[in-house]
Amino acid sequence: MTLQRRLRPYYLSLIGLVITVVFVSPYAVMLLDALRPSGDVLASPPSFLPREWQWNTFGTVLSDSRFLNWLKTSVIVAVSSTVIVLLAAIPAAYFTARFRFPGRTAFLLVVLITQMFSPTSLVVGLYREFFDLTMVNTYASIIITNAAFNLAFAIWILQGFFSSIPKDVEEAAHLDGCGRVRTLWHVMLPLTLPGLVTTVIFTFIAAWNEYVVALTLMQDDARKPLTVGINSYVTGYQQHWDELFAASLIAVVPVVILFAMIEKHLVGGLTAGSVK
Amino acid sequence: MTDQLDASAGAAAPPAAPVARSPRFRRRRHESGYASGLSAIPWLIAPIVLIAGVVVYPAIALVQASLSDYSITGLRRGSAGFDNYIDIFQHDDLGLVLWNTLVWVVVVVALTILFGLGLAQFMSKEFRGRTVMRWAIIIPWAASLVITARLFTLILDYEHGILNQMLVTLHIIGEPIDFLGNDSWVMPSMILVGVFVSLPFTAYVLLAGLNAIPQDLIEAARMDGASPWRIYRHITLPLLRPAMLVASVLNLIYVFNSFPLIYTLNDRNPGFTHDTSITYSYKLAFKAAERSVGMSAAMGVINVLLILVVVMIYLRIIRWREVTQA
Repeated sequence: MTLQRRLRPYYLSLIGLVITVVFVSPYAVMLLDALRPSGDVLASPPSFLPREWQWNTFGTVLSDSRFLNWLKTSVIVAVSSTVIVLLAAIPAAYFTARFRFPGRTAFLLVVLITQMFSPTSLVVGLYREFFDLTMVNTYASIIITNAAFNLAFAIWILQGFFSSIPKDVEEAAHLDGCGRVRTLWHVMLPLTLPGLVTTVIFTFIAAWNEYVVALTLMQDDARKPLTVGINSYVTGYQQHWDELFAASLIAVVPVVILFAMIEKHLVGGLTAGSVK
Repeated sequence: MTDQLDASAGAAAPPAAPVARSPRFRRRRHESGYASGLSAIPWLIAPIVLIAGVVVYPAIALVQASLSDYSITGLRRGSAGFDNYIDIFQHDDLGLVLWNTLVWVVVVVALTILFGLGLAQFMSKEFRGRTVMRWAIIIPWAASLVITARLFTLILDYEHGILNQMLVTLHIIGEPIDFLGNDSWVMPSMILVGVFVSLPFTAYVLLAGLNAIPQDLIEAARMDGASPWRIYRHITLPLLRPAMLVASVLNLIYVFNSFPLIYTLNDRNPGFTHDTSITYSYKLAFKAAERSVGMSAAMGVINVLLILVVVMIYLRIIRWREVTQA
């Protein structure tokens, strides 16, 4: 028994290592492909390790002004979309959690249905709409689109959170002279931190990796986000697999850092609001 | 203010306390005020405007397009009535595409939930290296789907692919397999990649659900002599319902709408042999011989109705009021 108990953490660590390898290995292949000349990537027979190491790929990509433009777009778009989602979803989630009113069910139903639309099927209509508004090639067009497509999830999660906070908390704040907006800001929001963190990470990742809408709406190369821009490293005319993969790995870093920073809150947040 | 402290201390309270508190807590959270529709407007206006502009308006445009006749270059020539829908329903590949969609959605979602459950269970344990593992699991979620798909087209390649090379070297297979070209391997390969990229999100949702289960409940059952399997079956699984609901509904929607993965992995293959209804709809307008914007739009409308019906049936089965009725 004691021996078994002492061995157990090692078993767990071993299984953990296997899982880590499973999830990392495709991206390890990506890293090794980034560190070899592009010709070696498609050489036959394939080799796991580069036949010739090429250490400066990451430097090349990071000093490429096109890459830096795409990176800038991705940051602007992901951050702005996330802020808009929070600003739009918090009041709506709070109000629908606290009050019954005519149209409440209809509103929640419409929100739920928007979650089921894929941007892919609406992209033609979106292009025509933004074209008529002369907003093609603007950051605003993809920021607004990303925000709208992530609203449903945000409202859904936050509503669960707000309704799990006892009403007395709010009443106490009212007695202390807080208005409704101040109560929401100073009392309710800190209590829903895990829900907010969940919303932030989901929206940020979705906006950071959005592809189809950006592909259609952003034709000006300097304004493309990373997901769209980096594909021009490998086209019919030129094949820079090394640079494509180096750029892709750099694009993963901000998300993993953001995630590592707020993971603790996230794990409490995904479902806490909806648990009965 | 004491109540606030009470509520937030609930999780850390001694074993008996939450049980005693729960009825009071439950009653309180269902109290909600009544408000007029007018007073709701300032609180709801931002989502309403965003949804109307970005989802409803293009959706109406989609329906209009599905009822229109287009030239091969995409110019509208006038109304087509329901011709586009009739063309879709008479299209030779529709049955195959719908079958592919069914297989893709059911198998990917089922495997994702199953493996996600095991993964979440494991992630909730304490051991050395857990943090590193948790970060590693994030990577497929953090990486762009298009790029992950392109990466897998290389890894699974017949000639240049490292996977074939490894399997042959280890004598697991004698001959390389054309994972993305051989008709009996294309779907399984796409499903493998589909599950791989869906797992991180799913595992985290289920992990959150597991963490929300009060440990003293499981402890109490263990004291009463319940076997681990019975505890899992009768305590963990029922309490995991809300997390399973979130994970399965969102996965149904994401997997059904999955475009870049199938489009990229299936790029080499002609026709619609391995397409799902989403890539089928796209190819009808931009890639296939049809080049018909109208048919593509009609399929787009059918797609939205399909996923709507599937999710509604699913929510009805598991009683969706839990989601919308706070």
